[in-house]
Amino acid sequence: MLKIKCPYCGYRNESEFSCGGEAHIARPAVSNKITDSAFCEYLFMRENPKGVFLERWCHTSGCRRWFNIARDTVSHEIYEIYLMGNTPKTVKGKKAYQANWRRTSKAEAASKTPKRTKK
Amino acid sequence: MAKSDLDRGSRAFTRKLKRYSIFSIARHAGNYHQEWQQAWSHAEPKTAYDAVIIGGGGHGLATAYYLANIYGMTNIALIEKGWLGGGNTGRNTTIIRSNYMWDESAAIYEHALKLWEGLSQDLNFNVMFSQRGVLTISHSEHELREMSRRVHAIRLNGIDSDMLSPAAIKKLVPMINIEPNIRYPVLGGFLQKRAGTARHDAVAWGYARAADELGVDIIQNCEVVGLRRNKDKIIGIETTKGNIKTPKVGCVVAGHSSVLADMANIKLPIASRPLQAIVSEPIKPILDTVIMSNAVHMYISQSDKGEMVLGAGVDKYNSYAQTGSWPIPEHMVAAAVDLFPFLSQLRMLRQWGGIVDICPDASPIISKTDIRGLYFNCGWGTGGFKATPGSGHIFADLIANDRPNSIALPYSLKRFETGFLIDEHGAAGVAH
Ligand SMILES: Cc1cc2nc3c(=O)[nH]c(=O)nc-3n(C[C@H](O)[C@H](O)[C@H](O)COP(=O)(O)OP(=O)(O)OC[C@H]3O[C@@H](n4cnc5c(N)ncnc54)[C@H](O)[C@@H]3O)c2cc1C
Ligand SMILES: [Zn+2]
Repeated sequence: MLKIKCPYCGYRNESEFSCGGEAHIARPAVSNKITDSAFCEYLFMRENPKGVFLERWCHTSGCRRWFNIARDTVSHEIYEIYLMGNTPKTVKGKKAYQANWRRTSKAEAASKTPKRTKK
Repeated sequence: MAKSDLDRGSRAFTRKLKRYSIFSIARHAGNYHQEWQQAWSHAEPKTAYDAVIIGGGGHGLATAYYLANIYGMTNIALIEKGWLGGGNTGRNTTIIRSNYMWDESAAIYEHALKLWEGLSQDLNFNVMFSQRGVLTISHSEHELREMSRRVHAIRLNGIDSDMLSPAAIKKLVPMINIEPNIRYPVLGGFLQKRAGTARHDAVAWGYARAADELGVDIIQNCEVVGLRRNKDKIIGIETTKGNIKTPKVGCVVAGHSSVLADMANIKLPIASRPLQAIVSEPIKPILDTVIMSNAVHMYISQSDKGEMVLGAGVDKYNSYAQTGSWPIPEHMVAAAVDLFPFLSQLRMLRQWGGIVDICPDASPIISKTDIRGLYFNCGWGTGGFKATPGSGHIFADLIANDRPNSIALPYSLKRFETGFLIDEHGAAGVAH
């Protein structure tokens, strides 16, 4: 049983939480402008590492708030817990964030809000 | 003289094996079973092959066997990082059925079921395929209606499926309680009589023995650590026993598919999750069908040794540790006791987990990739054992001909781009 430290409630058993899968997947802001294959990467393709994984968790049976965890998928060791909207701070967490193919994907590029142009 | 030395006909066997039969058992009993021939040889890798299959589970071994047997590709190797069948093949609860709702699923699972029906003879290895029937029960009016809609769809595909009344269920499974006033009343169910179970290890061993006899090199304790490519073409693999040149690589590594895909810079929609099972201490025979309940989310059968075999849903987070998390067995046992209160008196003997490869639409991927000569067969998730012969057969066809046949076509990786998903979440029975 994992003991997970909810940033809002403290340590609780894993059965109080649900896992939301890969973290930091940004929705393309201009989804009608990108190709099907780029959209497919956003919608379906998933990082599934044997090692450090950045994932979203929700304290479903507690405060019901979401946060991120950097966890090893072999040992299940939790390296870091950080708030939504942040990126990891530990060396392992940072490395996993940078190494993810998504950082250079078209879908992620399309998630940055386009500059408004005057008509 | 007994017929155990019988030549196995016209196929070009490179290693001559003695046939298993009732006569050979009797003959070997005479010398205390000390002189059985080795079932398959332990090969060391050569420097090049016409094709390499990665993963020595049932699907990989079946692929190698059909490649050699049907397509005459005998200069091939099967590479396994551990021992044969040590992955999900040797960890699963062995339920085999073909009562899936969508046409694409019906085609592939029924193709497999037909192969199961002749598999022991084909391989000359008793895979203990037992068509004891799989019964899915329903506990609510709504579930029952949805079930009959599904049964009609399944029957339209020519697959046997029958709705059963509570009385008919009681007749089939005398130990079941069909009183209307219990926590989960049994309102009805559906049965596939041709469905059942098989001996998981025997499936791996039978395919290994038959493939080895045809000349396939079966290499165990050898991990693939890299895929070599020349631009968009595969040219070989890197293993812990050295490099191997080959123009065709079939990856059939279940929970490790994403790890292999990473080596080739390919993206997969797969999540690796533990799936767990439990067996009880052995008891006298009480259950000779497989029972599944979608609402309670559990399934149960009795093994030939007498153990009650229980399974349920997958763990909720990604993991490559073949153990599983603790809340799951607790749920599993609670669900089983809800359905069969007498189980609370049994002690549980063993619990284990296997890493299953979950796809977003709960259907497999049998596909070419953007890299020429690189093929993937994965995504079987919680329910691929039943498909073993069919999956191997179709994958061998894809590798040999470099184009998907009509059964494989819908299972292309491209479906996640086109949107033609094959949504099998809970479409038939629980997720197995
Ligand atoms: C608890 C449990 C219960 C199940 N119950 C059922 C059921 O009742 N019915 C059903 O139909 N299905 C069931 N399944 C699913 C079924 O077991 C699988 O879908 C099926 O066995 C997959 O077979 P496979 O040959 O593809 O994979 P595996 O048997 O897992 O074989 C893959 C092999 O690849 C090897 N490998 C991985 N990486 C490498 C590498 N880098 N180099 C070399 N080799 C490598 C592994 O060691 C492994 O042996 C269950 C699974 C589990 C875990
Ligand atoms: Zn909380």
